[in-house]
Amino acid sequence: MPLTDALRDDILASVPSLRAFAISLSGNGDRADDLVQETLLRALANIDSFQPGSNLPAWLFTILRNLFRSDYRKRRREVEDADGSYAKTLKTQPSQGAHLEFEEFRAALEKLPQDQREALILVGASGFSYEDAAAICGCAVGTIKSRVNRARSKLSALLYVDGAEDFGPDETVRAVIGGSGG
Amino acid sequence: MKDVKSQASKNAATGKQGGLTAEIQSRIGHQLRAMYDDVVRQGVPDRFAELIRKLDVPQTAPQVGETGDQAIKNDGRD
Repeated sequence: MPLTDALRDDILASVPSLRAFAISLSGNGDRADDLVQETLLRALANIDSFQPGSNLPAWLFTILRNLFRSDYRKRRREVEDADGSYAKTLKTQPSQGAHLEFEEFRAALEKLPQDQREALILVGASGFSYEDAAAICGCAVGTIKSRVNRARSKLSALLYVDGAEDFGPDETVRAVIGGSGG
Repeated sequence: MKDVKSQASKNAATGKQGGLTAEIQSRIGHQLRAMYDDVVRQGVPDRFAELIRKLDVPQTAPQVGETGDQAIKNDGRD
């Protein structure tokens, strides 16, 4: 469809969540904004292929996700400047305690395999349905569900179980729960 | 902070293996959204608003601002 004022407004309205998605994926504010910019340029250049009445955010997220994927392959070897670059994109710095917890969470999120991370973000943060998330990632709904579940389990292990080993008994408890192996 | 974390880890340890307690699930969801919404709340940076505005110029209109950004700015209606 042609680029109407209404459509332009809708695209603009999607920019904040596109940025949040891009930052969650890449962990780097500058790179995320480049991704968003390229997404917008592509979307506008291909606006004719957008079906009126279909899900515009999902369409835009699909473009961004595909760009990130191809970009990621190119940059795979580059060393990430992950240290603090995400925090710098935030206008309000969280308080010290909250900041630490926040960094811990972000670091754990980055340890997830890319498939799981994007599924968890789309469903758990962007608020897409499993069906929309599956369309964005080009996979089956069941695949998205299992990726989200695995992502949650892994985050839980990273943040709430492994991280608590300082407290002592967890290792033993887990060994017991783990069964009779030995 | 410590209290919350140790409480959560207690739940994790007592929960079924492979399953997640409701509390941990909701805690992960909460942190995920907090992180995400921090960015969403920043709104639309000027850079993108401008990009979309510029591309909205009808293609039939002559591009007055070819000489540079300043020309475009001066030509703008606002």
